Amino acid sequence: MTKTILTIDDSASIRQMVAMTLTAAGLDVIEAGNGAEGYDKATTNTVHAILTDLNMPVLNGIEFIRKYRQHPSSKGIPIILLTTESDEELKRQAKEAGATGWIVKPFKQDQLLAIIKKVTGA
Amino acid sequence: MNISDPTETFRQEARELLEQLEAGLLDLEQDPSNGDLINSAFRALHTIKGSGAMFGFTAVAEFVHEFETAFDQVRKGQSHANAALIEVALDAKDHIHLLIETPEAQVDGGEAILANLRSVIAGGAPSKAVSAAKTPETAASTDPSPVPVVKSTWRLEFYLPSDALIYGTNPILLLEELAQIGPTSVTALTDRVPELKALDPEVPYIGWRVDIEAEDPTAAIDDVFLFLRDNMELSLTRLDTPPASQASAAPAQTTTAAPTEPEPVPAPKAAAPSASASSPSPKPKAPAGADSADRAGASSLRVPAERLDELMDRVGELVIAQARLSQIAGLSSDTALKTIAEELERLSSGLRDTTMGIRMVPIGTLFSRFRRLVHDLSGELGKPIEFITTGEETELDKTMIERLADPLVHLIRNAVDHGLESAEKRAAAGKPAKGVVRLSAVYSGAEVSISVTDDGAGLDTARIRAKAEENGLITPETKLTDQELHHLIFAPGFSTAKEVTSLSGRGVGMDVVKRTIDGLRGTIDVISRPGEGSTMTLRLPLTLAIIDGMLVRVGNGRYTIPLAAVEECVELPEGIEAHAKGRNFLDIRGALVPYLRLREVFGTTAEPEPHQKVVIVSSGEGRVGLVVDQIIGNNQTVIKQLSKLHSGIKSFSGATILGDGTVALILDTAHLVAAGQSYVDRNITGRAA
Repeated sequence: MTKTILTIDDSASIRQMVAMTLTAAGLDVIEAGNGAEGYDKATTNTVHAILTDLNMPVLNGIEFIRKYRQHPSSKGIPIILLTTESDEELKRQAKEAGATGWIVKPFKQDQLLAIIKKVTGA
Repeated sequence: MNISDPTETFRQEARELLEQLEAGLLDLEQDPSNGDLINSAFRALHTIKGSGAMFGFTAVAEFVHEFETAFDQVRKGQSHANAALIEVALDAKDHIHLLIETPEAQVDGGEAILANLRSVIAGGAPSKAVSAAKTPETAASTDPSPVPVVKSTWRLEFYLPSDALIYGTNPILLLEELAQIGPTSVTALTDRVPELKALDPEVPYIGWRVDIEAEDPTAAIDDVFLFLRDNMELSLTRLDTPPASQASAAPAQTTTAAPTEPEPVPAPKAAAPSASASSPSPKPKAPAGADSADRAGASSLRVPAERLDELMDRVGELVIAQARLSQIAGLSSDTALKTIAEELERLSSGLRDTTMGIRMVPIGTLFSRFRRLVHDLSGELGKPIEFITTGEETELDKTMIERLADPLVHLIRNAVDHGLESAEKRAAAGKPAKGVVRLSAVYSGAEVSISVTDDGAGLDTARIRAKAEENGLITPETKLTDQELHHLIFAPGFSTAKEVTSLSGRGVGMDVVKRTIDGLRGTIDVISRPGEGSTMTLRLPLTLAIIDGMLVRVGNGRYTIPLAAVEECVELPEGIEAHAKGRNFLDIRGALVPYLRLREVFGTTAEPEPHQKVVIVSSGEGRVGLVVDQIIGNNQTVIKQLSKLHSGIKSFSGATILGDGTVALILDTAHLVAAGQSYVDRNITGRAA
């Protein structure tokens, strides 16, 4: 079965890059422009992994993770942070909120694919 | 523009963000403690940094990183968004813009701006050198000590944290990853599995013992548990003793949890070159052209402009085909055909309106650019200015908005530079010190009128007159009303070198403004009251793609005259030449209007109609009569541009396809009126002199 990845980022170029990379690898991609939109999409679609930015308007990445992890459908769904920070504190907060892993921007396409493979097996 | 190129998307996005940033900074100037503004400025910077680094704009990322660091102090309240800071921040924003638009060029000045920024922030406070914006996180860097290739068996035992399963970690995937390091044998450790009563199915009680045959798997294992190693139990032991030659190489056999923690070896500093020196070259995609595409709403769909043009073209052709059908249906007595023709007419006009709607962009996107202009001018000239914009939501065709930018810049410069008086003069005239420049847009019928108003001294008619006489535009005897004098500023060659200050006069005179507006089938008007200020009003059609036209016949050719320009139609009095004493003037209710025989203009040889008609058209202030053989009627016309080959042709502004499939050329009324006027000038001013 084709796996579906949700990418949440307020930067359209990043979303496009993620989508291109993942679609080329045979994955389905859903996009959302902020955490609130991401929450709606994550809870109304079947997703197999979520890539989320931290710094976003409306609902930021950590808020999104907290809210999403309250939802029963989030169980077992890996959430990967896209972050520019090597900030340990933010990472710690995100993990506490329920993030599975992270990838630091700038990343290369194969790094992204490696991470996705790591958490979804796809 | 390639829609599927993320680099281009990044540029677009960065442009939008920079505009947002600029607007935010300007707002912040008014309201320096507004936390929302500071946050959104910070976020814009952050996104540019993150995406910039992704798409190879390292110079951008590094510069923005410092900018962001500085701004973070403002966000944290350690520094204030005072005027000086905003000034530097605006410079910085411009610098980023340059870096993004011309990544291959060496853009200097970044260091200076950053230095300024740092000194403004808390008077030369923390100037952290370009800090590690990117410590490689992929812990792969735990150094592979140079051990000869000798494999041994390693025993790994691990227990996952209790929330690992719910939080998306899949132990099977971890085991699969481990299996890729080398041949493994896996044993499940069930010692921690509680009694059934106490068992929480979501908790991974089972531990795993994995024996791996590998040379030195520490780094690889570290990688596998990259996301977990901080809070899990993990131990790694070497089982077999290595051959003697190896003994010294790997002494400590047990690495416990979180091996070689957590500082990855810092990347060689050379990888982070100084901001100004580096010139990253991501595919240089033609940056100039597709600029400013859709600066509008953030939640919009990006479509290349060409596709819209193509759609518009197709819709245009559909409308034409539909017109033919209606024509045929009108002649037919077949009611079924009539019904479907009517239905199609309704649908296609709806489709046309929707398509036009897609091209409409709120003019606010353009207006917001001028805030910066006024801000800069105000600083340069030392004139305090209040800049008020209204009607930002007014929508205009996108192409139109792009082409309006330059004329409006010119008008606003003029208003600030020439219109508004100096502070002393204003004080003397009893006006508030702050001059007001108002930019407004409003719908009026099928047109939009955009005006630039200042509350300055108004146009100096005496000076205009002197200048016009000096340039030979009028003679000292010519009697002109104030209104007519005001219009002289639009005359070609009126703007002279003397007039050029550092701000105005960048080679664009008011005549160029007028030409641009004419080209958009618009008009420009000026109202000025001495001591109270002046208003420049542009009137523009909502769209460039479709016009209402009047179809006329000259000889065997059919031509369309834009209906907006048509004032009236009259018969050409018979034998008019006889009384005209060689001059082609019509008496329209007491006013003399020159006329042009289109037959002569176009060199038509076919037999003329005995009763010729005159279509009186106006453009700006002038009027001219166009003598035609027949007036066929009104039609809605989709404008097709003439090809480049025909760009030299002055009398036509485009072409259209008629209902029967033939082509009609669209007359360029502005040019014809000008031709008529020069005829007037030769005859009337010649007589007056």
